[in-house]
Amino acid sequence: MPPDIWSLYELMLKSRLFEEAIAKLWYDGLISGEMHLGTGEEAIIAGIVTQLHEGDSMALDHRGTAALLMRGVDPGLILHELLGYPDGLCGGMGGHMHLFSKEHLAASSGIVGAEGPAAAGFALSAQYLHPGAVAVAFFGEGAMNQGMFMESINLSAVWNLPVLFVCKDDGWAITTQSKKMTGGDLNERARGLGVPAVEVDGCDVSAVWEAAYGAIERARSGQGPTLLHARCVHFEGHFLGFQLIRIVRDPLREMPEIAVPLTQSFLRLGGSTLRERMSGLKTVIAAVLSTVRDPRRDPTNDPVPRMRANLSSDPARLQELEDQIEKEISNILASALVGVPS
Amino acid sequence: MRTMFFSQAIDDALAQAMADDPRIILFGEDIPLLRRNLLVRFGPRRVRGTPISESAFLGAGVAAAMAGLRPVVEMYMVDFLGVCMDALLNHAAKVEAFSGGKWNAPVVVRAPCGGGYGDGGQHEQSLWGWLAHIPGLTVLVPSTPADAGGLMLAALQHDGPVIFLEHKLLSETWLEFLGSGGRHTIQYDVPAEGTKGAVPQNWEPVPIGKAVLRRAGSDVTIVSVGVGVHRALQAAESVEVEGISAAVLDLRTISPLDKPALCEAVTCTGRLLVVDEDYEGFGLSGELGAVALEAGIPFKYARVCTQTTISYNRDWEEQTLPNVKRICAAIAQLVGDKR
Repeated sequence: MPPDIWSLYELMLKSRLFEEAIAKLWYDGLISGEMHLGTGEEAIIAGIVTQLHEGDSMALDHRGTAALLMRGVDPGLILHELLGYPDGLCGGMGGHMHLFSKEHLAASSGIVGAEGPAAAGFALSAQYLHPGAVAVAFFGEGAMNQGMFMESINLSAVWNLPVLFVCKDDGWAITTQSKKMTGGDLNERARGLGVPAVEVDGCDVSAVWEAAYGAIERARSGQGPTLLHARCVHFEGHFLGFQLIRIVRDPLREMPEIAVPLTQSFLRLGGSTLRERMSGLKTVIAAVLSTVRDPRRDPTNDPVPRMRANLSSDPARLQELEDQIEKEISNILASALVGVPS
Repeated sequence: MRTMFFSQAIDDALAQAMADDPRIILFGEDIPLLRRNLLVRFGPRRVRGTPISESAFLGAGVAAAMAGLRPVVEMYMVDFLGVCMDALLNHAAKVEAFSGGKWNAPVVVRAPCGGGYGDGGQHEQSLWGWLAHIPGLTVLVPSTPADAGGLMLAALQHDGPVIFLEHKLLSETWLEFLGSGGRHTIQYDVPAEGTKGAVPQNWEPVPIGKAVLRRAGSDVTIVSVGVGVHRALQAAESVEVEGISAAVLDLRTISPLDKPALCEAVTCTGRLLVVDEDYEGFGLSGELGAVALEAGIPFKYARVCTQTTISYNRDWEEQTLPNVKRICAAIAQLVGDKR
């Protein structure tokens, strides 16, 4: 069992509220570009990051805010970076997809699959400079169809590198259902390269913590890499403003913009046969319907309330903790917005 | 003073640095065989073989450098950087900027480059212009054993990613490994002055970003790197009998470019001839012209570069790569008004 479920819940809730505040800033137009939130994967991040120590490293994907926050990076610095301030974590040069903290040996990348080689390199360095340290790679299941990623699992196996490959599997590779683009079984892929794979419910922080504990100890003691395959949901889809989610949330607003040109194109002269056209149309409709039936709409897949249910025996303490976190996040937000540099 | 071959000098400087700094490790495909002399001196923990997985091991080299090591990652050829360009383009080159200047990736990528030994267009490219195009990468192209060793030492002391390109016609080991394979029945046009030469007793870094004037001249300034420097020197000698005085500037570093040296050399003669084994369009040759123009220097300009995919056929290959004849013709065209 994890040592302190209260502190795990604290981190998860803090991350959730922090990312919800980020979403608000994004919707208010204060954050430009894309915004990939990790809401829904807090249990995976918390269950692993709480087991990292000095010298351990993290190779993060484009969704690394939660991991950095839980690893101890100053949330004010993260927020300033997301707002593009010169005094942000990366001087306003990185933005949310390129967050770096040398102090915490944590590096993000906006290139899907790049976490694999990066974690292998961090782990290689650990073998020389910090024996017993581990490198964690956080990535989605879509990354496991990227060549460099599979190469890096093999490299980690043959060099016996202390890596924990953490697959945060929400079943979606951007707008594509991963199972439609993935041959075979991801766990078997890792095993085929000589790397053990452990499957875990990524919405259950205790289960993640326990599965990660064994894999991390294995890496620390020089027994090599492990793939931890954790299933989760992303409540906001791939990124904020994700079209498939917008359709589900506000079909009357979103559908006409899609349906009108779609119908026009379907009826246009020149092109394929009616059978081919129907087949194309079915693909689009199936994509929309699959979102409607998506597991992210099921509240039991939300790791934060699931964890909270375990703490209901002490409602007073819970209330106090939640009040404190809410206050902390709103203070961070307020001070970030007050400090807008000219 | 000692005398060394080109790659021997690089390995010797590397060995000197490895003896001084335990953070330097070396890895790449077939490295235990190719760097066996280093393997037996420094052991398999520091001299490692990799799978044929450039994306994984170059990416790992970048991250290992970020986490405190000083990796030298060897590519079989610069051409193969095409397989794993992401590690350089989107990672090594960006770490310093993305981290707001707080973090960097001091990785050295050592890669053989260049043609003239019959390996064809997928194995003989130069590509330094392509690499130097990316902000954040340092690109070195030595033309002599002394510079090769000294620049390798400088690369190992540099705080960011460095691409160290080792021309295969200058490298005794690469040319033997790839071009002759033990045969004495085949000859290549190897510039002798570049393949063997005096080197210091103890290696000192050759400063990055400093060009060197190989030959003084008053009528035309030829600017080049790598094997091109030797072709240019040969051409300069050959036009001397016609009364043309050609200077030869060896850039040694592509990026950062030694703009003051370039501008001074072009100002002296008022004529710039770029000899560049890399592709002609959108590359080093155009960049040198632009830099001199931006500096307000009045000059005439010509270039001898590689314009197409490099042919396998030996005659065509010779015509495709900058050769002495093409350089002499370009000189004649540039200084025509002098006569």
